[in-house]
Amino acid sequence: MQDLTDLYQSVILDHNRRPRNRGKLPTANRVAHGDNPSCGDQCTVYLRLDGDRIGDISFEGSGCAISQASASLMTLNLKGKTAPEAETIYAGVHELVTTGKVDEDNLSDLAALAGVHQFPARIKCATLGWHAALNALKGDPITATTETHKD
Amino acid sequence: MNPPWPNVRADFPVLHQQVNGKPLVYLDNGATSQKPRSVIDALVRYYERDNSNVHRGLHTLSMRATDAYEGARTRIANFINAADPAEIIFTRGTTESINLVARSWGHAHLKPGDVVLTTEFEHHSNLVPWQQAAKASGATLKYVPLLGADGEGGLDLAALDKLLTPQVKLFAFTHISNTLGTINPVAELCRKARAVGAVTVIDAAQSIGHIPLDVRQIGCDFLAFSGHKMCGPTGIGVLYGRRDLLDQLAPDETGGGMVVNVSYEQATWKPSPERFEAGTPNVADAIALGAACNYLDALGRDQIAAHDTALVKVAMEKLSALPGIRIIGPRVGAERSGLVSFAFANVHAHDVVTFADEDGVALRGGHHCNQPLMRKLGLTSTTRASFYLYNTEEEIDRLVASLQRIQKFFAG
Repeated sequence: MQDLTDLYQSVILDHNRRPRNRGKLPTANRVAHGDNPSCGDQCTVYLRLDGDRIGDISFEGSGCAISQASASLMTLNLKGKTAPEAETIYAGVHELVTTGKVDEDNLSDLAALAGVHQFPARIKCATLGWHAALNALKGDPITATTETHKD
Repeated sequence: MNPPWPNVRADFPVLHQQVNGKPLVYLDNGATSQKPRSVIDALVRYYERDNSNVHRGLHTLSMRATDAYEGARTRIANFINAADPAEIIFTRGTTESINLVARSWGHAHLKPGDVVLTTEFEHHSNLVPWQQAAKASGATLKYVPLLGADGEGGLDLAALDKLLTPQVKLFAFTHISNTLGTINPVAELCRKARAVGAVTVIDAAQSIGHIPLDVRQIGCDFLAFSGHKMCGPTGIGVLYGRRDLLDQLAPDETGGGMVVNVSYEQATWKPSPERFEAGTPNVADAIALGAACNYLDALGRDQIAAHDTALVKVAMEKLSALPGIRIIGPRVGAERSGLVSFAFANVHAHDVVTFADEDGVALRGGHHCNQPLMRKLGLTSTTRASFYLYNTEEEIDRLVASLQRIQKFFAG
């Protein structure tokens, strides 16, 4: 096994201990829920679309440090973005957590998720919140489940 | 607190390896047990020497395979003190066994107005099949409550007495909870159910390899278990059913091997057990399950139970001393099976399992196929350490040391 400090970097531990934008968003006009049935992790993403931009975003749920930190980082990175911009950022995150390749120009603090790729069982933890957010952006209220999407 | 049998760990090849540079500490026996050499040898011997189809051939190998397969059935009947080998139906495991009763018995006997009773702490395999049977028949599914904020009080027997009305047609319950470690008073539950004419189904997945089990002393109608949790192979399990009930039951699956007479229009069924074993059965694994029964009885199931109890007593004392730990199920000092589930306020079970694995310690983290119970206890997941005959006190110390390291890491 790789060193666990690659997976549990200080950014991850910090976001796990003090998650940003956690809780319901009273002004939300989009909500979507994500489930990982194999482990019981859950994540609900609330977002307010102002025109075509994400005016505000929050999450609540329960799960391991990786899933909580990734969802917290997600809210910071998606605020103010349009749906196509969010998809581009997620594409980078997906690449990061599956291959470990860091796009230095665009990913910033999300690079802390690079260690996930060495732990294939944890990729779904890292992407759960992102799938819920993309579903919310699509106006798709159905539950995102790790059993129906890849990674 | 070492196993009372000298060199018993030498019987289990898988135990002798390093995981992440540390000697493996296997504490996920509630999920599946490891296999002794004698069981592995039984599988190899069958495939190398006797492999053939059963009940069909007149040649030597087929007769040998048939004798070994039916010998395993008799061995397992003896293992649980069934009255008749025909009461032993081979299935894929506990889940298939319970589904067989839920579909065959449920279809024949359940109707609107009837009640199916189960408990709040069943594994999904003894819950979802009854939900489905209730939906299909219009019967109502009710749950006997679990007592205590941590589930420490066990089954609410006073509530059970109120729930056990003549409308209850079937009562399904676990022998030992895979999540709480609670040991249910199964003989008493069967007695109470019988008093209102309800049929009883016991999920014995967690008890079969751990404590002596006698179906006639318990007085159950059906009992289900898996081979792989009792030193046997995966893919084989048993449904025990009382002969008179089985002979009234229609098959769930049909095909070859289970029929007497087939025309283009219709077919008639053999009696149990063939009636419920359509197609070529899992011959090799059934034979190896018989070998597992021999292995466990050679050690002595009383002694296995005593070793489990001694290990879990030590584990409860040491784990409950960890700061911030919440242990669910029976309290320290109370009777419990050889497993402990626990949660930390600030470290998720999956993080615990990942870190323990780095220390070579195999644990289970998650909802343990017990989602409604987790919700009732206000949890999403727990970490479980489950012990078996080959575990030692030193391994419990390795577990505790690993958990201390995890707590320190996440406390920052």
